[in-house]
Amino acid sequence: MTNDRKKGSGAGEQASATPSSLNHPHDISGGAGDQDAERMKQLLRSALPPLGDQQEPDRDLWPAMLRRFDEQNTPRASRVPWFDWALAGGLVAFAAIAPRAIPVILYYL
Amino acid sequence: MRDDESGVLSKFRQGDADAFEALFRTHQRSVFGWVLRIVRDPDAAEDVTVEAFWRMHLAHARFDPARGFEPWARRIATHAAVDWLRKQKPESGMAPELWERVPAVAGSDSAITTEIREKTARAFSRLPAKLRVAALLAVVEERPHREVAEALGISVTAVKLRVFRALRLLRKDLSEQGIKP
Repeated sequence: MTNDRKKGSGAGEQASATPSSLNHPHDISGGAGDQDAERMKQLLRSALPPLGDQQEPDRDLWPAMLRRFDEQNTPRASRVPWFDWALAGGLVAFAAIAPRAIPVILYYL
Repeated sequence: MRDDESGVLSKFRQGDADAFEALFRTHQRSVFGWVLRIVRDPDAAEDVTVEAFWRMHLAHARFDPARGFEPWARRIATHAAVDWLRKQKPESGMAPELWERVPAVAGSDSAITTEIREKTARAFSRLPAKLRVAALLAVVEERPHREVAEALGISVTAVKLRVFRALRLLRKDLSEQGIKP
């Protein structure tokens, strides 16, 4: 199905129109702006060829969907932000270096 | 709509896992094909398809069986694809190596050089995601404006406006690179 592809706009044509010459979509006057827009569409189709209707995945995606479900059902502990882990690691390291400070830290908690 | 289809849709709305699996298996190809048109990378299209179905699963209670599954699924998939495009760095989504992995149905115009094609594709990848999607579907894939509007959840006029803006910005970008289409 096509939208508004028009004939007679050769892909290799050179034009000196400025960007502003593209007509507004509601402007039905036609003219050079329409041709510019059509050339841009043709250039775009050439740069990004249409893929059509017949594209299919290489494999069944249901296993990937199940993995997605599993990810969501994993315990919350495995999804603790990295900053919290870093903070906990820092505290453990500090306690290992200065064990006498542990009662002081606990007192102020 | 057949009774069994209607039953599956009703069960899906109630959160039935088997109904969801049945709908997934029925519609995964069409959703993948639609997403691939937008993201233009088969691996990414698979991920986005799964993400889209995950969103459908989460939104099952809001699904209206009377309106059919396909349009609803397409709209959710489109939004998932737009979100994916937004996360990509400019120019990363349209790398030439990706074009070769995706088989095209039509040949390219030989009058337009490879360099211009590449510059056009890169300039296109720098456009805002919502403009890119409208242009990809309406111009590149030549889908009817009404279909694009339904998929994006906007009016037909808004689709035309987005296409217009996309082409204008693309032309401006190319002009700045010395390319006059």
